[in-house]
Amino acid sequence: MSRNGPLALAFNALFVTFMLAPLAVVVAVSLTPTGYLEFPPSGLSLRWFRAILDNPDFIAAFWTSLYLGIASATLATLVAVPAGLAIGRYRFAGRGALVGLFMSPLTVPSIVLGISFLRFLTTIGLSGTFVGLVACHAIIVMPYVLRLVLAAVVGLDRDAEKAAVSLGASSFTAFRRVTLPMILPGVAGGWVLAFITSFDEVTVTVFIVNPSTLTLPVRLFAHITQTTDPLVASISTMIILFTVLLLFLLERFYGLERLLVGGGGRE
Amino acid sequence: MAETNPRAAYLLSAPALALFLALIVAPLVMTFLLSFYVFGFYTGIEPAFDLKNYADVLSDGYFHEIFARTFLIALAVTAIAAVLGTPEAYILYRMRSAWRSLILLAILGPLLISVVVRTLGWAILIGNKGVINETLMGLGLIASPIRLLYTSTGIVIALVHVLVPFMVIAVWAALHKQNPDTERAAASLGAGQATIFFRIVLPQAMPGILSGSLIVFSLAASAFATPAILGGRRTKVVATTVYDEFLNTLNWPLGAAIAMLLLVAVLVVLLSYNRFVERRYAQVFG
Amino acid sequence: MAFLELDGLVKRFGDVAAVDGLSLKVAQGEFVSLLGPSGCGKTTTLQMIAGFAEPSAGTILIHGRDVASVPASKRGIGIVFQSYALFPHMTVTQNVGFGLEMRKVPRPERERRVAEALELVHLGGLGQRYPRALSGGQQQRVALARALVIRPDLLLLDEPLSNLDAKLREEMQIELRNIQQSAGVTTILVTHDQTEAMALSDRIAVMHGGRIVQVASPFEAYEFPATDFVSSFLGKTNLIPATASAGADGATVVAFGGSRIETSAAPAATGPVLLSIRPEKVRFAPPGTGYVCGKVRTGVFLGNQWLYQVASPFGDLLVVHQNTGRPEARAGDEVELAWDAEQMRLLPPERTHG
Repeated sequence: MSRNGPLALAFNALFVTFMLAPLAVVVAVSLTPTGYLEFPPSGLSLRWFRAILDNPDFIAAFWTSLYLGIASATLATLVAVPAGLAIGRYRFAGRGALVGLFMSPLTVPSIVLGISFLRFLTTIGLSGTFVGLVACHAIIVMPYVLRLVLAAVVGLDRDAEKAAVSLGASSFTAFRRVTLPMILPGVAGGWVLAFITSFDEVTVTVFIVNPSTLTLPVRLFAHITQTTDPLVASISTMIILFTVLLLFLLERFYGLERLLVGGGGRE
Repeated sequence: MAETNPRAAYLLSAPALALFLALIVAPLVMTFLLSFYVFGFYTGIEPAFDLKNYADVLSDGYFHEIFARTFLIALAVTAIAAVLGTPEAYILYRMRSAWRSLILLAILGPLLISVVVRTLGWAILIGNKGVINETLMGLGLIASPIRLLYTSTGIVIALVHVLVPFMVIAVWAALHKQNPDTERAAASLGAGQATIFFRIVLPQAMPGILSGSLIVFSLAASAFATPAILGGRRTKVVATTVYDEFLNTLNWPLGAAIAMLLLVAVLVVLLSYNRFVERRYAQVFG
Repeated sequence: MAFLELDGLVKRFGDVAAVDGLSLKVAQGEFVSLLGPSGCGKTTTLQMIAGFAEPSAGTILIHGRDVASVPASKRGIGIVFQSYALFPHMTVTQNVGFGLEMRKVPRPERERRVAEALELVHLGGLGQRYPRALSGGQQQRVALARALVIRPDLLLLDEPLSNLDAKLREEMQIELRNIQQSAGVTTILVTHDQTEAMALSDRIAVMHGGRIVQVASPFEAYEFPATDFVSSFLGKTNLIPATASAGADGATVVAFGGSRIETSAAPAATGPVLLSIRPEKVRFAPPGTGYVCGKVRTGVFLGNQWLYQVASPFGDLLVVHQNTGRPEARAGDEVELAWDAEQMRLLPPERTHG
């Protein structure tokens, strides 16, 4: 089909500018030498990046988010892989309902999930604990892992596993040596996406943390609503850089386009 | 090529099922019940079965205003996202591979950065001394700064930014399902570029636009962090109101009732979509 | 003056020339097929005529007018795509009427012409259906009606029957020819199916490597192929390397193995040639009178024909005979093959393919 004309390309340029503007602004503001949020910055200074080091609270929050992300992504993956295998391979009563249930964290508003988790955790005495956080985040990120695992399982060549079994492998060995390697890219991609989602999460998390388990986005959120110093900008820039790093990882494992759009490539 | 071995299937899904029953079904049920409890300033939360909270919300003008504002914001965000996201998806669709990957990264990448960071960027952009106002004043288009911070308009702009990638994804997926020859066929029959877009491409992309609108609407109506940062104390939406009740006023039952109403509203929108829209398009698209 | 004239068309993609110097003249009302294997450039040529691809060099003249600067939407060409490309969100009537809408034909006339077109392709009464509710054959006819209703100067068909099953394809071939003749529109068909090309066309342009190798009526192309490629692509043939020399009275003497055959079949040639003889023209000869000795490897029964594979000093030769009720030879038989000298063709000795 025909190429994009100049009008289309101009629109595209504006659109991309719109998408990147807030991020560019944050990075620019983080380099300000002054004590307030000014754009454009009057000079270039790493003062606010050094200030991060004087804020152990934020550094602690980063580690909390990191561990939380790893733990919840791992937990979600551990339950999502067998569930994905079950749903992708077998026909059984309740399959549709099960899929609906596992995807429900995407349709239930985060705010509703947040208060429900708060209510639940308080009732069983785990409110504000790290364990509680991990469990709740695992629920939230599960649909992302499941979606990718399902895609991998459904696209699998079953005959390869059958060939292994016919050659003498036990069911489990066939799974471990044949199936698992084949779905690994999907599983890995799902893990990384789950990690990123957990790391970024704020709406639900804001309800179920306590001062000792504050995550980075929540602490940042609190800081933004209460103060106006550029520390929030430098911290945000660090988050942006960290995410970009993860994006590269994701691209290596799986491919970004495939991940977010689902194999709609028109090659 | 599916097997029928229910036992193995149930066994494999058991861990996930257990996790979900404990951590989503139970909490939601508890919240549902909580919405019927009563709250007293000195007595705290007391179990009961009282419709008082719902009555309060449904009758009080204060809550009407909040729900209306939330609904209008969601509607505006959805409309703008559709108008901006659809042409962009089409432009991407026609783009050559090398550029396309790069642009997709620019559009979808922000999804992976925390909404707090993105909203901070907008807070800086739309303040009275923010970039937008400075630029508009510099160009002579306005005389004094437009008030964007702490208004619904500011929230709408930022939410469009946060949610339009979902629209692009949905429309993009729909565009890939269409037969590219239909555009050439229309050209050979005498249609110009604009006609092709409006008469051939757009109707075929419509299922994508609608499912994208659904996602954007639900997410916009339930949005929390963006309205919290950009709405301030004066411009409240449903999500921030729930937050207030839960963590400030501590009136959990009322907060639960408001949250339940939001959940019901979102589910109603979802079900109406399935019922009316999908059925009509199944006839055409299968 | 030819209605459609292609002159020295070239289309390059990077270093590769998909079309490499193609020239063709098509008369008004003629049905010409571009026939060739995949990759020969036939679809690319069609795309250039239609205006979807820009030629790297060469000209396209429709009715004497150079269409290089004319966009696809203004060339007045009707196209039937391989995938039919029906608009799924429009009914059959809306699909067929689309071209008329673009030409701002007023409603009453539009409805009349759409009804006429649907009658022409035997789909009257299905106007309100959506493409999804139609069979493959019906969809194909809607695509045809849509292309014809605008009364195009030129009709382009891009492998339109390839998605239909064999039986339907045969029926549609006959119908397609009838419709084209009653509409009287100049038509170019792109196909890799030689039976289809022969059944439908006034002339066939056999393509190979981005060029036209031979343009002729189906009979001529089949009986008098210009190269070994044409003779192998159109039907089957037996190729035997031989030497030709001049004989008495302008005849040519062809020698191979221990045989010498005298023929006056053109072209006269000397030196090495490829002798081409079609399987249906080979007969089993009485012992001592044949040109080639061999042993039957297999006999394949095809219903209306027998196909024999005969091992010979010149490789496996094919013999095809009508089914007269009894097989003429069985596997293992020693046979001798002969043929009418005038039915042989002499081709240039270089193998141009395979």
